[in-house]
Amino acid sequence: MKQLIRTFAVIFLVAFALMYLTSYLNKSQGYSGGNTLTIYNWGDYIDPELIKTFEEESGTKVIYQTFDSNEAMMTKIAQGGTTFDVSVPSEYAISKMKEEDLLLPIDHSKLPNLKHIDDRFLDLSFDPGNRYSIPYFWGTVGIVFNPDLLDGWQLTSWNDLWDPRLRNQILLVDGAREVMGFGLNSLHYSLNDTNEDHLQEAKRKLGELTPNVKAIVGDEIKMLLAGEEAAVGVVWSGDASEIMDENDKLDYVVPEEGSNLWFDNMVIPKTARNLEGAYAFINFMLDPDHAAQNAEYVGYSTPNKDALALLPEDISGDTRFYPEDDVTAKLEVYDNLGKRMLSHYNELFLEFKMHKK
Amino acid sequence: MVNRTRNLYLVPYITWIALFVVAPIVLIVYYSFFDVEGQFTLGNYAKFFTPVYMRMTFSSFWYALLITLFSLLVAYPTAYLLTRLKHKQLWLLLIILPSWINLLLKAYAFLGLFGTYGFANAVLEMVGIGTQQILFTDFSFIFVSVYIFIPFMVLPIYNALEELNPSLVYASRDLGASSWTTFRRVIFPLTLDGVKAGCQAVFIPALSLFMITRLIAGNRVITLGTAIEQHFLVTQDWGMGATIAVFLIIAMAIIMIITGNRR
Repeated sequence: MKQLIRTFAVIFLVAFALMYLTSYLNKSQGYSGGNTLTIYNWGDYIDPELIKTFEEESGTKVIYQTFDSNEAMMTKIAQGGTTFDVSVPSEYAISKMKEEDLLLPIDHSKLPNLKHIDDRFLDLSFDPGNRYSIPYFWGTVGIVFNPDLLDGWQLTSWNDLWDPRLRNQILLVDGAREVMGFGLNSLHYSLNDTNEDHLQEAKRKLGELTPNVKAIVGDEIKMLLAGEEAAVGVVWSGDASEIMDENDKLDYVVPEEGSNLWFDNMVIPKTARNLEGAYAFINFMLDPDHAAQNAEYVGYSTPNKDALALLPEDISGDTRFYPEDDVTAKLEVYDNLGKRMLSHYNELFLEFKMHKK
Repeated sequence: MVNRTRNLYLVPYITWIALFVVAPIVLIVYYSFFDVEGQFTLGNYAKFFTPVYMRMTFSSFWYALLITLFSLLVAYPTAYLLTRLKHKQLWLLLIILPSWINLLLKAYAFLGLFGTYGFANAVLEMVGIGTQQILFTDFSFIFVSVYIFIPFMVLPIYNALEELNPSLVYASRDLGASSWTTFRRVIFPLTLDGVKAGCQAVFIPALSLFMITRLIAGNRVITLGTAIEQHFLVTQDWGMGATIAVFLIIAMAIIMIITGNRR
């Protein structure tokens, strides 16, 4: 008995000593208080050089943490106990976080560089007046295809996917909004449609696609397409640019029926400790030079019109990633359809997945 | 005094079980009575009995059954052979070794092996059969699952065979029984407990497989595990996810009772 108590006492003592030691070490390295900034971003989604430049310019120590899904990020911020100063959620996550009161309003007067952002990307439905979020990158959903495996066939529309020549050749990304979205788009409905008849029609049409679908996968889709496991894939433009970096035979198209336009925006979560640093960082990233450098590194499309002008012609003139106005006009942002509708979309998607060949 | 000390030693275990076994199950049952908007409802249970979920349940059970059956077919002879070998412990270690590697890593390895330009197809090409689609089929799903579960089936059967008194086998042979009769009448019935334990260790986790359904079967196989993952992570419909989990727990409890030892 005595021995047991002694063991516990020793464990507690050691634990406290370690706790004290870490806090002491953190302090001596300047990791606590006002001069650190914690950034919570997607993996590999910023040029590390820019973080160094920011640290040198501002004298702030940056702690960079990453997440791999909006849901995981939201859960972590909602749980608390974290000190994230800046995060980069996608648009539907922003409207959810706004509803759940997880974001701080942004004071535009502290962001003089906001003027460089293209007006097209401001004041959108998920965040009217950009009260909570500032654009970081944007992109589309489209089709990656390998003309070599398709006798040079260039796909142009969603309806091409139903062609019998593509039997067992399509990989789809495992996302209910994306798959239901192109199902609706292929019928020329809006991808935010909530009309039950239209949704059922889209589901039926997707059911007919089943013989052409090889698999519905997650992030592995990049590896599988680059490795020519299948000829066609439905992916986000960001993934497409990564795939094409690895295998230059592949090409990307934004289908003519229209598609999704998505955003990843910078926000300041409720957990922020270093507000001044957060504003400084957001403003730093909005600077055209920095935004251009970042866009070149990450490969996604920048919403910064002055940065776009600084990018080399082969990037800024690439209509696959910076589509012309007639294509852009057909792109739609996902509206927050509410939990019930989202749940219904998922239910339909699940039914689609269960279609047997 | 002795009694009090003993009770004190029990504290960590009871706390553990209360916090990590009882509390989660209670929470799952609690959540299953709420819909997406946090209203109390019995609708989740009604929804479970719609054709979509019933078909999913059926396919979960069917695949779990196939996986268990094939694991048993491979594992029993393996375990039997193991008991006859010279360096049993070493061979056993080699069979268990793969289970030390993370499941996800193994699944990714199979993505490469079974791919169109992977090793398996290179071999098929060489022997003149030609490239086949292996990845994203029922075959690859069951193959990889069986591969993953085999150690869990081998171990209990091996232990049961080790405990088997060899003089019973000799007696059976002396009395004129053929090898087959000896196996059917003596060895198998006496190792049935090991087989049952192995089947439990495979069937129950196989029911709720989810990562492999996406990586290896490309979501062409949908199990209840996949649906739970979707509801918790994507839809955030925790109620429906919890409801499916409740049914899985009930199913598992029934299986435990059926295959359990009634002594």
